Amino acid sequence: MKRALFSNIWLPVALLLPQLVIIAVFFYWPAGYAVQSSFYLQDPFGFGSTFVGAGNYQSLFRNNEYLKIANFTLWFTVIVTFFSLAIALILAVKADRVIRGAKTYRTLLMWVYAVAPPVAGFIAVIMFNQSWGPLTEFFALFGYRFQVGVNFNDTAFAMILTSIWKQVPVNFIFFLSGLQSIPRSVREAALIDNRSASGRFWTVTFPLLAPTGFFLLIINITYALFDTFGIVDTVVKGEPGNNPMTLVYKVYVDGFRGNDLGGSSAQSVVLMALVLALTFVQFRLVERRIHYT
Amino acid sequence: MAVVHFDAVQKVYPNGFEAVKPASFYIEDGEFVVLVGPSGCGKSTMLRMIAGLEEISNGVLQIGDRVVNDIDPADRDIAMVFQNYALYPHMSVRNNIGYGLKNRAVPRDVIAAKVDEAAKMLNLSDYLDRKPSQLSGGQRQRVAMGRAIVRDPALFLFDEPLSNLDAKLRNQMRIEIKALQRRLGVTSVYVTHDQVEAMTMADRIIVMNGGVIEQIGTPSEIYQSPASTFVASFMGAPPMNLLEVTRADTGLRLADQILPLDLPDTGAELILGIRPEDIIPDPNGPFSIMVDIVEELGAHRLLHGRLGDQSVTVHVPKDYTVAEGVLRFAMPIEVLSFFDAASGQRVSR
Repeated sequence: MKRALFSNIWLPVALLLPQLVIIAVFFYWPAGYAVQSSFYLQDPFGFGSTFVGAGNYQSLFRNNEYLKIANFTLWFTVIVTFFSLAIALILAVKADRVIRGAKTYRTLLMWVYAVAPPVAGFIAVIMFNQSWGPLTEFFALFGYRFQVGVNFNDTAFAMILTSIWKQVPVNFIFFLSGLQSIPRSVREAALIDNRSASGRFWTVTFPLLAPTGFFLLIINITYALFDTFGIVDTVVKGEPGNNPMTLVYKVYVDGFRGNDLGGSSAQSVVLMALVLALTFVQFRLVERRIHYT
Repeated sequence: MAVVHFDAVQKVYPNGFEAVKPASFYIEDGEFVVLVGPSGCGKSTMLRMIAGLEEISNGVLQIGDRVVNDIDPADRDIAMVFQNYALYPHMSVRNNIGYGLKNRAVPRDVIAAKVDEAAKMLNLSDYLDRKPSQLSGGQRQRVAMGRAIVRDPALFLFDEPLSNLDAKLRNQMRIEIKALQRRLGVTSVYVTHDQVEAMTMADRIIVMNGGVIEQIGTPSEIYQSPASTFVASFMGAPPMNLLEVTRADTGLRLADQILPLDLPDTGAELILGIRPEDIIPDPNGPFSIMVDIVEELGAHRLLHGRLGDQSVTVHVPKDYTVAEGVLRFAMPIEVLSFFDAASGQRVSR
C-alpha cells in the first residue's frame, strides 16, 4: 500500500472539500430535513407546521392503502429481481458459448442498458397502447383484452415486464464477465470429471458465479425498489387512481400531489431505513461469505 | 490401463492454421511417454486431442480398443492434471478429489475410502477439509494428482504440471510423479517444454517442432542419435555442438583438419554434431579451440570457445584444470553424428 504524506493539514482538507460539500448539501441535509419533517404535520399551503411526534408513522402503518402498496412493492421487487437475474444468467451462459460473431451478439444484448427508465416506460406505453399497441394486439389474438392503466393486473404486468427488460442488460454484462473470469482449465477439468452439462453448471459454474450473483442481487433489489420510479410514473401517467404503484412512487404522490409533506417524509424515512438494512446485509453477510482464490 | 494409437491424427484450426501435422504412433500399455518441444510446437494440442478438449480434424485416435474421436472427455476413461492445477476453488480438498467419482455414481462410502487412500499416498490427509486457496503450490499439485488417481483411469494426461513450481519442488515432484506412475502402472502422456523432465521421466520421448514429430525414441536414443539438428540442439544442456564441415578427397574437413571418414557422397552440405562431453581434451589431439569463457558448475566445467570461426562448448570433469586460451582435443569418430545441412535430417554413416 502506498501512503502519501502531507506536511500541511489544509491541503488534504481542501482536496476533499468539494466531495464532502456535495454529499452534505445533496444528501445529509435533505435526509436530515426529511427526518425532521416526518415528525411534523405541515399546513398544505405552507403557513406553518405542528409537532405530532410519531403520529405520521402511526397513521402510516394503520393506513390500509399504504400496506397494500407495501405488499405490491414486495412482490414487484421479488418478481423483477428474480426474472431479471434469471433471464440475464441464461443469456450470459448462452452468449458465452457463442464463438462466431460473439461481439455483435453481446453488443446487441447490452443495448437496452442505454435506455433511460422514463423512455423505457414510454416504450411500454406504446407497446401496450389501447388501440394499436403490438403487445395489446398480441394478447387480443388469445381473446384477452389487455388494458394498461385501467386493469390493475394488466398495469402491474406492463410495469414488471418493462422493469425486467430494462434491467436484464446490466445483469447480463456482469454475469458474462463473471463467466469469463472462471479459468478455462477449471471448466475443462469439470468437462473430464462430469459428463452432464447441467451438472457441471450447477456444481462448478454456478457456485463460482455466486460472488457476482450476490452483488447483483443487492443491486437488483435496489433497482426494483427505487430506480423503477421512471417506469412506474410513465406507465400510470401520474394518475395513479386504482393503479399499482411502488413505495417510492407513493412518496412522490403523497408529498407532491397530496401536499402531505409530513406523511411523505415519514415514508422516505422508512425507505431510508430499508436501504440501510440492505447495505448492511451486503457488507456484513455477502462480502464476507463469498470470496475465493 | 490401455494402449493409445494415433493414426494420421491432424489438427487444423478454423483459421487454417495446422497445429499438428498428420501424426501416427503407438503408446504401449503402462508406458510413460513425454511430449516435448518448444512453445507452439503442437504438443499441448496433441494432449488436448487425447483428452477430448480439442476436436480431431482428421485421422483416428484409439484408446484401448475404442475409437474415441467422437467420445466426450468424461467418457474417455482418462484423467488429466493441468498446468495451473485447475482445482475447484469453492470445494474442499476432499470434494475436489471425490468430484469425478461422485458424478459417476460411485457409492459414498467407496468414494470416502478412495479419497482417504489417495490422500494418504500423497501426504494430504491433514488437509482434506481445506480449500485450495489455503494450500501451497506443491500441495495443490498433489490434490490435482489425487483427483486423477482416485478415478483409476486407463490413461493419465499431464499438461506441464510442474512448470508453476519452484526448482527444488519441481525436482521432488518429478520423482514422485514418476514413482507413482510406476506403482500404478497406468499409461501416461506427459507434456513439457523442459528437456530435463523429458529425459528423466520418460520411457519414450516424442520430440515435436512446428506441428511435426521430429523423433520418437527412448531418452538415450534421443540423446545419442538425434534424428535432426533440431532434436540435437533442443535436447541436452548444453546442446550438441553443430559444426559445418566440407567434403575433402580423403574425408571431411573441419577447420584445418581432415576427418578420415568415408560418407556416401550425395552432394549435400553436411553438419557434424558432437556432444560437449564427447570432446576429449588431449595435449596431442589434432584439433584446437580458443577457450573464451570457463563456466564453473561444481560437478563439472563448461568451456566455451571457438574452433576456427564456429563456437564450441566442451564439458570437462571437475578435476580437470583448465585455463582460458588454446585447448587441444580429440574427437572419437564413433560418437559423431552427421546431418544434412539443408534439411537438418540425420545422415546415416
